[in-house]
Amino acid sequence: MLSNPLIQTTNLKKYFKTSSGMLHAVDDINISIEKGQTLGIVGESGCGKSTLGRTILRLLPATSGNVYYEGKDILTFNNAEMKAMRSKMQIIFQDPYASLNPRLSIRQIIEEPLKVNKVFGDKAKSDKRILELMDIVGLARRLANSYPHELDGGRRQRIGVARTLALNPNFIVCDEPVSALDVSIQAQILNLLMDLQDSMGFTYMFITHDLSVVRHISTHIAVMYLGQIVEYAKSHELFDDPKHPYTKALLSAIPIPDLAYRNKPRELIKGEITSPIDPKPGCRFAARCPYVSDRCTAKNLSLRDVGSGHTVACVLYEE
Amino acid sequence: MKKIEDKEILLNIEDLYVQYDTNEGTAYAVNGLNFSIRKGETFGLVGETGAGKTTTALSILKLLPQKVGKITKGKIEFEGRDIVKLTEDNMRDIRGSHISMIFQDPMSSLNPVLTVGDQIAEAIQTHHPDLSNDEVEARVDSVLQLVGIPASRKNEYPHQFSGGMKQRVVIAIALVCEPKLLLADEPTTALDVTVQNQVLDMMSNLKRTFDTSMILITHDLGIVCQMCDNVAIMYAGEIIEMGSVYDIFDFDKPHHPYTKGLFGSLPSLQVDSNRLKPVSGLMPDPMDLPPGCRFNPRCECCFDLCTKEAPSVFTNETHSIKCHLYGKTKAGEIQC
Repeated sequence: MLSNPLIQTTNLKKYFKTSSGMLHAVDDINISIEKGQTLGIVGESGCGKSTLGRTILRLLPATSGNVYYEGKDILTFNNAEMKAMRSKMQIIFQDPYASLNPRLSIRQIIEEPLKVNKVFGDKAKSDKRILELMDIVGLARRLANSYPHELDGGRRQRIGVARTLALNPNFIVCDEPVSALDVSIQAQILNLLMDLQDSMGFTYMFITHDLSVVRHISTHIAVMYLGQIVEYAKSHELFDDPKHPYTKALLSAIPIPDLAYRNKPRELIKGEITSPIDPKPGCRFAARCPYVSDRCTAKNLSLRDVGSGHTVACVLYEE
Repeated sequence: MKKIEDKEILLNIEDLYVQYDTNEGTAYAVNGLNFSIRKGETFGLVGETGAGKTTTALSILKLLPQKVGKITKGKIEFEGRDIVKLTEDNMRDIRGSHISMIFQDPMSSLNPVLTVGDQIAEAIQTHHPDLSNDEVEARVDSVLQLVGIPASRKNEYPHQFSGGMKQRVVIAIALVCEPKLLLADEPTTALDVTVQNQVLDMMSNLKRTFDTSMILITHDLGIVCQMCDNVAIMYAGEIIEMGSVYDIFDFDKPHHPYTKGLFGSLPSLQVDSNRLKPVSGLMPDPMDLPPGCRFNPRCECCFDLCTKEAPSVFTNETHSIKCHLYGKTKAGEIQC
């Protein structure tokens, strides 16, 4: 366990009611993130990683469990307390085309959180802060009166970052912030996020399906599959010594731009992600796992420490 | 088996120019493209959004938006015939039977109100009107099995399939008439990595079975390295570097500064690095391309000549680079 986490969840669950049953989007998640660190959440589409991010920020009401911010359970907060809390916890969204109001100028977009929280009494101070924020994220000041449609994806994502920073948050959920961008622009935004973390000490939860991005930016990584964490480790440990068959499959599925890997047979896993509606007990990856045995479906598995904080939920590592 | 280099040329593009005339002005999307593809070859076309990759593919099928998009110069020779000069009727025979295309988004390239079996049958009936219904059905069944879908699912609708399965259906439609050339436009971008891996594996097997040539359009250098024989890197409608996969992915060989920037943008799975080294700035506006080398405003190695004169192509065996650094001096003389 971490000594003094900024964010901690215990047995966090988020179920959605659907016509065909309960959809287990986030199922019993325990994570903690220490101040100044980056936890990467990796998984394929539909594994519940975005829902987890939103449930932690209380953008979605949790079904059960707790979310602690500096030791206080924010799920018990009333509206006024939560509003104060929100300025410390922010989110950067995936799609810089859909997450900005097309009818507001850049100045107005960045101004909105300042206005809502009545941070500045007078316009001059607020304007100064907006320009300051534009400098921080590398947007030219002359763009202040432009509208989102006039800008490219990379610049739009910079607006999203500036808006996130407006209220001086401590904790930022980055929900696939670079997946809609071209590689060279993606690299520019990743560098920006890392520079900001160095200079302002942010704590990130970085949600992505791209393993090379997550390795680059994270200190710790949690691999999610159908609402559950199947493996958690320090970033380099997870890549050097993956334990869970799903993590191994994910790692070997990435095409690597290196001739040494050309024509090397890669481990193919069969099938696709199964339904998260009323999942059967036991390991949820069992249907696709090459090492499946009767033990896998016998009982629910929990994360087990395999040394120095590296945890994995798989019968192969049970005593 | 014959090596790719010894096989005959299937498609040859020479000095191709494509532009879009819009209300805002003329966008110069493809500017002087030259490349050729042999039988059985997989040719990777790499570049960022707006580089002209998809425009190139649409030109080969003559599917550019009517009135707006037009080929202004050059030729596209397919099996010796110049596609640019062909009539619409001739093109209808070629599309889907000799050249077919896999689009990026499997969700929007299937018709939601027709069963997948009917959609595959449509492609067969269009090009083989003489086949009986039973023969058509038999071909639908066999092509579905080929792409890993049980033939019993042919009466289902696209929404009943997952993303990876839909892309398999799209591939089945593209392959059912056994085309000689397959244009795959970001075929796996919308898929998860484990499913992408399955689809790529299937595509390379099918390609080998039918000896199909393929143009693989992608921005993922990992896929290019694993799948392609030859690679062209596009920037602002031009090929700025081209060669065999062993030329492009050999980091000891000279490379175009943009190619280096692309590789510098990729976070590595093997090496820890503190910061990435991407190309600064943005792709130029195709309505307002910079004079000289199109890349000069973003290039760290830019010198006088680059802003005045377009570079010529410097070729060393299979590897060619369009850059003044290599063109006007001896290879490797200017180090940047």
